[in-house]
Amino acid sequence: MKLTLQQRQILWAYVFLSVALVFFVIIRWYPALLSFNIAFRDWNTFKGTGTWVGLENYAAIWHDFLKPRSDVRAAFTNTLSYVVYGVPAQMVLALAIALLLDRIRAFSTFFRVAYFAPYVTSAVAVAFVWNWLYLPQDGLLAQIFDLLHIPEQPFTKSPKQALPSITAVAVWQTLGYSVIIYLAGIKQIPFLYYEAARIDGSSGWHLFRNITLPLLNPVIVYLTVLSTISFLRLFALVQNMSPQGTGGPLKSTTTVVLEVYRKGFSSYDMGYAAALTVILFFVILLITVVQLRFLTRRFEY
Amino acid sequence: MKLQRFALYFGCLFVVLMGLAACAPPAEPAASAPMAEEEPEIIEIEYWQYNFEARVLAMNQLIEQFEAENPNIKVIHNSDVPYAEYRDKIAASVPAGVGPDVATLFYGWQTVWLDAEYLVPLPEDAFPASMIDAEFSPLVQASFVDGTLYTLPTAVRTLALFYNKDLMANAGLDPESPPSTLEDLATQAAACTVRAENGDYEVQGFVVDLAAQDHHWFREVLVRQFGGNPYAEGGQAVNWNSEEGQQAWNYLLSFKTELETGDRDLFDGSTGAFLAERACFHIDGSFRLGTIANNAPDLNFGVAELPSHNGVQSTFGSYWTHGITQKGASDPARMDAAVKFLQFITSDEAGTLWVEMVGELPARLNAGSNPELLENPNLGAFAAGLAYAQATFFVNESDQRQALIDAYDMVVLEGEDPAVALEVAADTVQEILDAHYGQ
Repeated sequence: MKLTLQQRQILWAYVFLSVALVFFVIIRWYPALLSFNIAFRDWNTFKGTGTWVGLENYAAIWHDFLKPRSDVRAAFTNTLSYVVYGVPAQMVLALAIALLLDRIRAFSTFFRVAYFAPYVTSAVAVAFVWNWLYLPQDGLLAQIFDLLHIPEQPFTKSPKQALPSITAVAVWQTLGYSVIIYLAGIKQIPFLYYEAARIDGSSGWHLFRNITLPLLNPVIVYLTVLSTISFLRLFALVQNMSPQGTGGPLKSTTTVVLEVYRKGFSSYDMGYAAALTVILFFVILLITVVQLRFLTRRFEY
Repeated sequence: MKLQRFALYFGCLFVVLMGLAACAPPAEPAASAPMAEEEPEIIEIEYWQYNFEARVLAMNQLIEQFEAENPNIKVIHNSDVPYAEYRDKIAASVPAGVGPDVATLFYGWQTVWLDAEYLVPLPEDAFPASMIDAEFSPLVQASFVDGTLYTLPTAVRTLALFYNKDLMANAGLDPESPPSTLEDLATQAAACTVRAENGDYEVQGFVVDLAAQDHHWFREVLVRQFGGNPYAEGGQAVNWNSEEGQQAWNYLLSFKTELETGDRDLFDGSTGAFLAERACFHIDGSFRLGTIANNAPDLNFGVAELPSHNGVQSTFGSYWTHGITQKGASDPARMDAAVKFLQFITSDEAGTLWVEMVGELPARLNAGSNPELLENPNLGAFAAGLAYAQATFFVNESDQRQALIDAYDMVVLEGEDPAVALEVAADTVQEILDAHYGQ
């Protein structure tokens, strides 16, 4: 068998790709599949084994969900709140910033870097810095409020303000990524369309409403799906910004993933934790499919 | 050409093999790595504790001494894990087949660790029960489960009242007569508090911080001092929500809701506030002496026994204890080394070194009754507490603590009625106890 140079190159490409595949199979897919199995077992994290109990873990989650002051219910409703507050805020803010960045010429690289920097910063470091900013009495925000004679706010120390405060940090941290993707999308729109519309007498808002927004649709769908998933999986910020990392005060900031972690590694009930993970998996799958179905629009020009 | 084809086949084979390996059932933790076979003369055992500077330094010295006495044993000391993640890391290490052979744990975690069959019984010939009864502090009895000993500590601790002499003097209080009753504590804490015009705390009199030691103070000290008993039915029924418990609860809450002597959200909690000279009074364990010596050596402070009430003296006694894990017991040579190590770190000599470096009292009565120790003005208050110390039997220490933190938050952050909040906490803890004893 004699292979051409091109065939050989393709073969080598597959060899190299298979390394990444092996990595994914072992590090991501196999443990993910295993968790479906563990979810059917009474699995103690310490023992690392468990007996088959069928749907008992799911029944226990349902039982806990219905309890008054339930951790699990708080986790699901909070997670939903993070998505409902966080995703629209992030989409709108990022688009506004991207449009502004698209306009400027001077220092544009500097501004892009400034907006992108938080995205490549570790969530733990971000949480640490914001904990200091939010600190009652001695924090920077408290001192600014004092100067302006505005009453100091408890931020993460209050059950009412904690979730919005953490959402704000999450939006701030991931904003840069959305801005960059939006910018790429905006650059793709042919300038010709705007010129033609201007000749026809369209003004700024109409240009945005009828050209920019529709043509950005693929980008908007992509970013909505991605940022929804990232908010559904929120963990590190909450673990590092709530008292003792418990999703408090009074469970007001806990998320599904944080409860998975706490059940699996603090209560050592890995079966329960795995069942929660499976539920989260299907929630994410469902939301993603629905978003892709209803947000995707086709525009012909 | 042959080379490319070889590489291709090799690549395919690699993928298939890795796939097969991934499909294999989860193996039992490969605990006894063939370390001992390769180098039969040196046995390595791994020891874990959480990161607390004074303890790490003390244990480093003990390990050095132990290795000098036992040249064929090498102890790997892992103390990198912060307190908040310590149990999580241990739990994660088990399925991975790594982790400690000897581990230090809070005595309140023992139940959970035994439920998971993580610890093995300590061999009776090396640690006879009669020797424990005769030579160790009575607090250590909590390490026996149905007559079997599972863990043994180097040191035990009690709670006492730390007071900042400079801040007391600034407030016109006599730094040599710290509060001796609960009424005194409330009055002096209120007198010592200094607030700015905008309400900011400059000096806090006394900070209630249930995430620190105050949940113990409530259960084992305040409830008893108000005439109650924290638990009934041999520890199986919550009783700190009784009428006496409610009174104790109201006393505890009054520091925040009425007297306004401090806020646990400031200065990184009550301990941080005391170290930073921002709190006059602080309830903590003797281990804090080590922290102060290392981090705030210039602090002008004293330590007194916990304030009494209705003539009742009480304090909370507890200990960090050492156990041998399944991994340590999986190989006779390692088990043997682990037992020797455990004997060494629970000896009189270890207890003496420990109290000097960490500030915790020796668990062995012999080392603990050293007159020099009792004369030390700071340690004296803790040592005196040993006579009347009470230990809570915990099923799940962190969840039982969280229930009280949540009850406090309900009152302070949400304006819930104190009695209702305490009931909710009692129900939560009772459920934890029932789940354990119902097994």
